[in-house]
Formats: sequence, C-alpha cells, structure tokens
Amino acid sequence: MFDSALIPEGVKRCSFRKFVIWILILQIPILIGVVAAILCWGLALNQTYLNNNFPFGLWIAADLGVIALGGGAFFTGFLRYILNIKELKNIVNYAVVIGVICYASALGILAIDIGQPLRGWFIFWHANVHSMLTEVAFCISCYFMVLCIEYLPLLLENRKIYQFSVPHSLAHHLHEAMPTIAAVGVFLSSFHQGSLGGVPGVLYARPFAYREGFLVWPWTFFLFILSAIACGPCFTILITKITEALGGKRLVKKNVINILAKIAGGLTALYVVLKIIDTLAWFGLANELGAPVKSFYANGPYGWWILITEVLILGGIPAVLLLIPRTRQMESVLVIACVLNCAGILLNRWVLTVQTLVIPVMSFDKFVNYFPNWVEWATTLLPVWIGIVVIMLSYRYLPIFPQERELNPY
Amino acid sequence: MLPIVFEWVNDPSHFVFMGGFYAALGILFIVLNYCLIRAVFDWLCKGNQDGHEEH
Repeated sequence: MFDSALIPEGVKRCSFRKFVIWILILQIPILIGVVAAILCWGLALNQTYLNNNFPFGLWIAADLGVIALGGGAFFTGFLRYILNIKELKNIVNYAVVIGVICYASALGILAIDIGQPLRGWFIFWHANVHSMLTEVAFCISCYFMVLCIEYLPLLLENRKIYQFSVPHSLAHHLHEAMPTIAAVGVFLSSFHQGSLGGVPGVLYARPFAYREGFLVWPWTFFLFILSAIACGPCFTILITKITEALGGKRLVKKNVINILAKIAGGLTALYVVLKIIDTLAWFGLANELGAPVKSFYANGPYGWWILITEVLILGGIPAVLLLIPRTRQMESVLVIACVLNCAGILLNRWVLTVQTLVIPVMSFDKFVNYFPNWVEWATTLLPVWIGIVVIMLSYRYLPIFPQERELNPY
Repeated sequence: MLPIVFEWVNDPSHFVFMGGFYAALGILFIVLNYCLIRAVFDWLCKGNQDGHEEH
C-alpha cells in the first residue's frame, strides 16, 4: 500500500484507494456545511431561523449535547489516571480522540453562533466573572487545550514519527505526566459541564428552567455534571462499537467495555433518581408560586410525552439495561442502551434550551415555535462529517487500540 | 483578563475566577515545558553516550 509505512505495525487496514474514496465522499456534506458557515459569517445570522424569541436554538442545544457526549474523555481519564482502573488504558485513547472532536465541534459551532468571530476574544479580555457563560467559555477553551495535549502523545506514537528520538521521548514523558493533565481536565470539565446546566437554572424569569440550589449553583448544575459523566462513557462505547462494525474486527476486549458500561449504568440510574426528585420538587415550587405545571406542557408539540420520554424511556430503560450484567453483556442490547442514553442527553439539552424559550412567560406572550433551517442543520452537522474524517485518519495511522493486535492476529 | 484591564475589580470573585483560570493555564504550561525539556535532555544525553541518534 502507498501509505503502509505510516500504518501501525501488526494491524490491517483497508486499501489506500478505498480510504481516499471515503474521504472524498465526506467532502460533499463538509462543503455544504462550509457554504452555510460562510453565509452566516458573510450575511449575518439572519440567514438562520434564530430570532428575538429564540436567540438559543439548534446550535446551543447541539453545543450542550456534544459537550455532554464528549464528557467520556474527562471521565474515562479520571477513572484511568486518578482512580487508576488499569483496564481502561485500552479505551482511554479513543475516548480522547472522541473528546477532541466533540470539543472542537462545540467551539466551531460557537464560532458561527457568535456571528462575529473576530470579536470572539472579547469574552476572555472583558470577562464578566459572575456569568455562567463566561465560565463555560473559559473552561471549554482550556479543556480543549488539555484534550489536545492528551492527543499529542498519540500523534507522536505514529510509526514514522516515533522513530525520532525527541518525539519518542516527549510521548513517553507526556504519558508520565498524564495524571496531572487529567486532574486539570477533571477540574475544568466539571465546572463547564455544571455551568452549562447553571445557565438555564439561574433564569428566574423562566419558571420552566429555574431551579433552587446550593450556594450560587442551581440543582441543574449538578444534574448536568452527573448526566455528562453518565452518558459520556456510553458515547465512547457506542463509537467504539460502530468502529468495530465498520472495520469488521474487535478492537477492545469485552471486560473493558463491561467496566465502562457498568459505571455508566450506575451513574445513569443515580441521575434518573435525582432528576425525578428534582422534577417533583420543581412541580411543588411552581405550583406554590402560582405557575401550574400543566401550563408548561400545553404548548404545541411540547406535551407531557417529552418529559416521560426524556426521563423514563431514554433514562430509566438504559439505566436498567446497563445495570443488569446479563443484558449488559449482550452486544446488541448494550448498543441499544448506549443509543437510548445518548439520545436522552440530547433531548434533555434540547428541552432546557428550546422548550425553555418556547413557553410563554407573560400573559400577552403567544406561543411561537422554532424549527431550524438548512443553514443551521448544515453547520451543526459539519463537525460530525469532519469528526468522521478525524476518526478515520486517527484509526488508520495512530495506535489507538492497544489490544487490536492481540485480538486480530494475522 | 488581567489586573491591568480597566474592568478589573479587586474582589473575591475576580481573584477566585481568574486565579483558577491562570492556575490551570500555569499547570499546563509547566507540564508541557517540563516534558519538552526532559525530551531534549534525553536526546542530548543519548547523543553524548552513543554518539548517534537511535532511529
């Protein structure tokens, strides 16, 4: 093969021609996304269906979603390097790759969402330190740096680069320093995951989202951290399973997946219980303040079904499936549980972003619904296509899965 | 934001927020440079001992 010298030793990859064809096919949706992004930057945000009723729409919901899904990187790093669960070294590399893609996606979408990216640095230089969003911007940017540093040793371990002395040694020392880097990542990630939940939680003029809390943090702050560490590992498992299916080979041993799935199941169950308690407490508080709960679920498509779907179907069912050892070890059930869990988190972020804004808060307000247009969809899906390309390149040229050679001898 | 910026206020909020931010950045900077310097030292020491690089 043309690039065989760059492929990790002892593993099999598809032909270079097939690889390039797939990369070229992916350029089509990428190009559509780039055109949509240029429209937003060139002609302003009136190219989207965002308006004064919906300053937050698909972009912010997707941002919150991908950041939660990318939570697998910091949480797997925490389990591997801080709690020292050795088996997870076989999946932590892939969790980092997925994390890099998710956080790069979030930053990319934000760069389009702010309308004038040239002024993006304002939030750092003229920071309002009392704003949850400022904390989010600082922590996401810093944590993206952490992820890049965690990704660096993987890049340096490319077969050709690793032959040189300095990159070889640098990769080794970075591995040694990884617990410190992971600890910084956990600190940053916990705060921005929480602050993303804090953003709707402090909106006291929006009784659908407003929550009481502990000190300056509303309960949504803690629920967001918990939901991210519950669904992040599921997303890592899901992408690993998709990669295995597309590659036609096993990449990670079952016991490694099982450990991660078990932890995710326990955390999802805890999250669902706390979410139910939070919802019931909010019902009581809202009724006490004269805002009947049923009024929150009487607007267009946003009925009671959305709450039941989010908490019970997309929360409770995966929690049970992941907690029972027999179902957890059945591959198809595990994949279904991970899909449900990830879908649940995306729905939760959509609810707290869009449904919060949909519900009228004044007596003279009318119900106005929001549907994203093609520009928003194309720019939101742009990082997905780029992410697939990054995964393809990383999988082909970097030793991401330490167990691959053992599991697939040839 | 730095204390030289006109919006800076000497209050606990600014010290805690910006302190946490610069502490995280500082740790990353130190760790990266420590690894880089050690990698260069490894290369230099190996160069002195063996007289050639290991490729």
